[in-house]
Formats: sequence, C-alpha cells, structure tokens
Amino acid sequence: MPVQDAQARARNFLEVNSGYTNARAAFEAERCLRCQHPLCVDGCPVRIPIPDFIHAVAAGHMASAADILRSANPLPAICGRVCPQESQCEAECSMGGRFNPVGIGHLERFVADWERTQPVTVQPALTKSQKIAIIGAGPSGLVCAGELARLGYPVTIYEALHAPGGVLRYGIPEFRLPKAILDWEIDLLRAMGVEIVCNVIIGKTLTLDDLTNRLGYAAIFIGTGAGLPQFLNIPGENLNGVYSANEFLTRINLMRAYDFPNADTPVRVGKRVAVVGAGNTAMDAVRTALRMGADEAMIVYRRSDEEMSARAEEYEHAIEEGVQFHWLTSPVEVIDDGSGWVAGLRCQQMRLGEPDATGRRRPVPVPDSDFVLAVDNVVLAIGTTPNPLLTRTTSGLATTTRGCLLADEATGLTSKTMVFAGGDAVTGAATVILAAGAGKRAARAIDAALAAQLL
Amino acid sequence: MTRILDARPLTPVTKLFVLESPLIAASARPGQFVMLRVREGGERIPITIADYDRAAGTITIVVQEAGATTRRVCALEKGDTLLDVAGPLGSEIDLPPGGHICGVGGGFGSAALLCLMRERSAFGDRTTTILGARNQDLIILADDLARVSDRVYVCTDDGSAGFHGFVTDRLARLIDGDGLGRPDAVVAIGPMAMMRAVAETTRGYGIKTLVSMDPLMVDGTGMCGGCRVMVGGQPRFACVDGPCFDAHEVDFATAMRRNKAYVREEKVASERAGCMSGRR
Repeated sequence: MPVQDAQARARNFLEVNSGYTNARAAFEAERCLRCQHPLCVDGCPVRIPIPDFIHAVAAGHMASAADILRSANPLPAICGRVCPQESQCEAECSMGGRFNPVGIGHLERFVADWERTQPVTVQPALTKSQKIAIIGAGPSGLVCAGELARLGYPVTIYEALHAPGGVLRYGIPEFRLPKAILDWEIDLLRAMGVEIVCNVIIGKTLTLDDLTNRLGYAAIFIGTGAGLPQFLNIPGENLNGVYSANEFLTRINLMRAYDFPNADTPVRVGKRVAVVGAGNTAMDAVRTALRMGADEAMIVYRRSDEEMSARAEEYEHAIEEGVQFHWLTSPVEVIDDGSGWVAGLRCQQMRLGEPDATGRRRPVPVPDSDFVLAVDNVVLAIGTTPNPLLTRTTSGLATTTRGCLLADEATGLTSKTMVFAGGDAVTGAATVILAAGAGKRAARAIDAALAAQLL
Repeated sequence: MTRILDARPLTPVTKLFVLESPLIAASARPGQFVMLRVREGGERIPITIADYDRAAGTITIVVQEAGATTRRVCALEKGDTLLDVAGPLGSEIDLPPGGHICGVGGGFGSAALLCLMRERSAFGDRTTTILGARNQDLIILADDLARVSDRVYVCTDDGSAGFHGFVTDRLARLIDGDGLGRPDAVVAIGPMAMMRAVAETTRGYGIKTLVSMDPLMVDGTGMCGGCRVMVGGQPRFACVDGPCFDAHEVDFATAMRRNKAYVREEKVASERAGCMSGRR
C-alpha cells in the first residue's frame, strides 16, 4: 500500500495510506487462490464473500465487486481502513503461510473508493409502515439504519451530539479515516430516506419509552457505544494537561481544535506527550499528538508489544513516524510542575508473570524500579465502558455488572420487547466491523419480528 | 436550529433568552443544563436551564459574556437562531420536600434558581432566596425570584442595594434566625469562590448544601471526562453525576485550577470574537 512519507505525514492530518493503483489492485486480486473452502470468509465477522469480490476485481467488474461487498458489509470504505485484517480475514488467507496474505483490506478499500466516484443512484423505497427508531449514529446504528431502509422501513436515527458518526466522527482521526468518507456514507443513508436527528439524547430529551408509547415506533435499536472513559485513579490525574483519549481526540476530531482559533475549541499539546495504553485509540492519540506539534510522543504500556491490541498497520505507522514505546511500564503518579500542570509521569518497570483471565501474561511490578518520564501531557487510552445515560433512565433494560446491555447474540433482542441492541453498548469496546455485524443482524431480526406481527 | 423567541439584556454583560425548545421544556428539571453551539466550528458550552414553560414549549437561559462563545451568544437578538441546543443534561436537584429551602445566587448564577424556587414554592416548601453581586446594577432577576420565593434578600458588596455585605453574611443571619429560620437545605449557584464560601458557612451547622459546578465540558454526555470534579475524594463527572454536588465534599481548589486550564486560549478566542462581531 503506497503511503505518505513518514516524516511529512507525522506533521499533517492527510490520510496516511493513499490506496492501491489500478495496476496494483489487479495484481493483488490475481494473487487470490480462490480456495474451494475460503477460510478468509470464516475470519470475517460479517462473512463477506471475499473470493467473489476479489474475483470481480480481477475480472475488472468493479460494479459487481462493489455490490458483493455492500451486500455483506454496508461500510466497506470504512472497514477497509480500520478493520484489524491481520487477525481476521488475512490471518486465514492460504497465501499467508509462505507469502504475504492477499491484501484483502486494501482491496476492500479500493473497491469502496471506486464506488464513491460513481453517481449515487439509491432513492427512498419506503414500502413498510412500521417506524423504527435507532439510538446513536455510530457504526452499529448507521448499518442497522441502512439495512432497515433497504428493507423498506421508515427509520429515524437519534444522535446525542451535533453531528452523526459516533466514534467514526469523534474518535478515529482524519489521517486514518477521512471525514469525507464518513460524510459520503451518511449522505447515502439520507438518500435512502433515513432521517437523522441530532442533539437529541435518548434518556434525557426523550425517554426510550417515549419512543414507543408517544412517538409510535414499532421497534428500537440501541447503538449507544462504549463512550465512558476510564481513569487510572493515580495521584495527579486531575492536573491540567491530563486528558482521557476521548477528550483529547474529541477536541481535535469533532471540535477541530487543530484549527484553533478559527475553530473555538482549544487543546493544549506540549513538547512531550505520553499516551497510556496500546490499543488503536492509544495509537490514534499518540500519532495525533505528533501532528499537533509535539516534539516527542510516546506510548506507555504496562505489558509488552506481544499483548498490544492495536492493528499491526497502526503500530508500524507509529514506529515509522517516530513514536517512542515504553513497554512493561506502568504509570504510578502524574507529577505537578508546581503550578498545577503536568511535569512528568512517574512509572514503574514491570515484568510478565502468569497468564490472567484474558489469557495474556499478567504484568508484575519490578521492585524499586521507579523512574520519571518528563512530559507535558498525559493522555489516558486505557479503555472505555458503555455510557450509563440511557440505562439509568430506562426501566426493564437488563445489563451486565460491567454496564453492558444484555442482548441475544443472534438477534440483538434485549430484555425489553421490540428493543434491540448491538455494538460496543453490548460487547464493551470492540471494533467497527463487529458493531456493523451486530447492526445488520439486528436489522434482520427487527424485520422478522415486525413481519410476524403483521401475520 | 433553535429559535430565540425573546432576548433581553439584564446587565451590560448578561442577557436572558427564551428559546423555542419544546422537547427540552417537556423534560427539564431544576439543576439541569443544555449544551449549545453558535456556529460551525464553534465550541459546545454548558448553560444552566434557568426556567422552562412546558405549555409554551420554551426554556429560558441566561448567558454572561465571559469568552468567545458567550460573546457570540450575547450578540444574538429575538428572531435569531442558535445552531445547536441539546438537553436537558445532568441530574436534577434532588432534595426531600417539606422543608425550608434557601437558594443562594451569585451574579448570573441567580438565574438558575428560578425554576428551583418556583417548583419548591409550588410544592409547599418554605423558600428563601439570597442574591448577591458587586453592586445594584449587577443584581439580576430579583423581581422574578421574589414572585416565586417566600423571601428574597438582595446583597451588594458596596451597599448600593439591599443588604450591605456578602451573601454568606446574610446566609449566616438566616441560619441564626433572622428570617424564616434555619434552612433545611441550601442550594448555591454562582462563582466558584462564592459557592466555596457558602459551603464553609453551612458546614459547621451540618446543613445539607448543594453547589452547581461548572467545569469545562466538551460533549456534556459523559464521554470526555474533562468535567471531572473530585467529590469526597472520588472523581465524578459533572455532566452526568452532577452538576450539583454536596458542597461539603467538593474539592474546590482542584476545580478552580482546572477551570483556568485554557485562560490563554480563551483570551485569544475572545478577542477574535469581539473583533468579528464589531465590538471591543
């Protein structure tokens, strides 16, 4: 995959990957063995018929490739960019043993990007009368809405923020997922007749029961994500210059702090920035810090690179861009510069012990190993949990002890009649493609349930 | 887009707006706030809901010019629109009924007492409102609050109106029996320094005291954690757990420091906003 020069791109917000050329895409498509039992499909959470779409690319039938992709995954341009392919489809590719696996993700993106150059032909086809409400315009809600609109239902998405997209808007940075792509997908939904109402917080502006009882929605899908940031609860965490990754990225992505003072929301990025954690959000935050002008940006993670959950490509890109990595390093205190701002991060060296419940080796502190990283900012990317705003104000909605909604795996049905849920609100923080898959399954289940009501 | 149905200046830097917002009006409760945005690229700022009229489908907010966004809001007039208004957010003020409630308002924070005192009086609570400002010209909504409270005391630092002294001095007198008697609960809304002083005034008496914290917020829905306030040693999100907290448990020093994080940037943005709207 061609990329922007690492030195240059570490200082701009333009997309890192520039996409396959036609020749490269054709070459890559020809590498697919078209296995009789394609394991790559098993590796895909939404079971895209991967060899079929790749075959269409090889044959030059781009429209057909796009149709095949979209039939299985309504967000191909996004998933082609943000899916952890190396642990899904590409991990199973038969070429992967002796050679590099086929670049399935990059081909997905190639097809989706071609599709965006074509005129939009969809139009509303509202054949059903039962209205459906979707709570949250993130990946699962957008996909669920798209599927239901395709099936002929009038759909309204209620979004709490002033712009739709959820984590695709506030979390994932421009250099990894250009907002123009998200906007295109959202425009497509609107063209299909999906109504998106921003600034309405279900659970506050309207209750979930209002949607059914007062507004007459026949079914509801909850896709409220996992937006509540976790903190370390270590001394100094409330010093100025400490951010949750959610706050840091939201200020920059959603609120455009990179364009301050043309945009009104500021962010304070110093010369040295430490990001705690090693997932995709941590990589997004640390690379964003460089683009906001930090001289040095570093990952601080209590485990080793083996246990890191970030996509391989993001890790590689971060290394190329000069991000520093402090593995087996656990923060114990944020140090005050004397005026209430961050001066440093006191850390403890760790070593790996026995595997824990997640199967990953548990980090154990090394005695007397404290040291201080001199930094101006600390960004915490140590995970998020579902936002309790809706569940607190809705009776009869069962949750796990971790605040995740209880929902049937196959249908997304919650403990409430005709209320479905999917995505991070059910699973806890996971991936875009899993959320998309859940949104799609719920749409089918809602259709089946509503069809049964009419019998 | 939210239409401004009425706008009237209360002081040279404070303006009251009545907004057409039927959904928010239908569910708003005392203590809650809205997030608003004035323009594309604009920031999201929290503004306490001063009052609401469910029948008319309107909410009332009072905005004081303090930074770029509030300057832009205050330049708006009746008939103009706000780009985004989302709410009601936060938790309502939760106090047992049947007692004597004292609302203490400082500066433009007094506005937020309107719906609280109106509802508590309607419930049959005894209500005392204490308003404070530097001088007479900065006292707002005294008449409106007088209509919805059993007693109203205006306090000015310079003695230009009402009681000569701080709200805490008048509150101490109330506690000592000068008025409707010792309150069962105090709700203080205003500058952080005032709310801290109120907390210290009531602490020794063990009077339940709530303060409405106004930390910096980005989303207002629990997503950023920027609004965390230390309450009883625990981080609490003002946007979902608050904004009202037990005054005797709040770490005001940390909250005040955190609110000054962007003073430099606020100055830059505010000067630009001033120039752009043709004012200095």
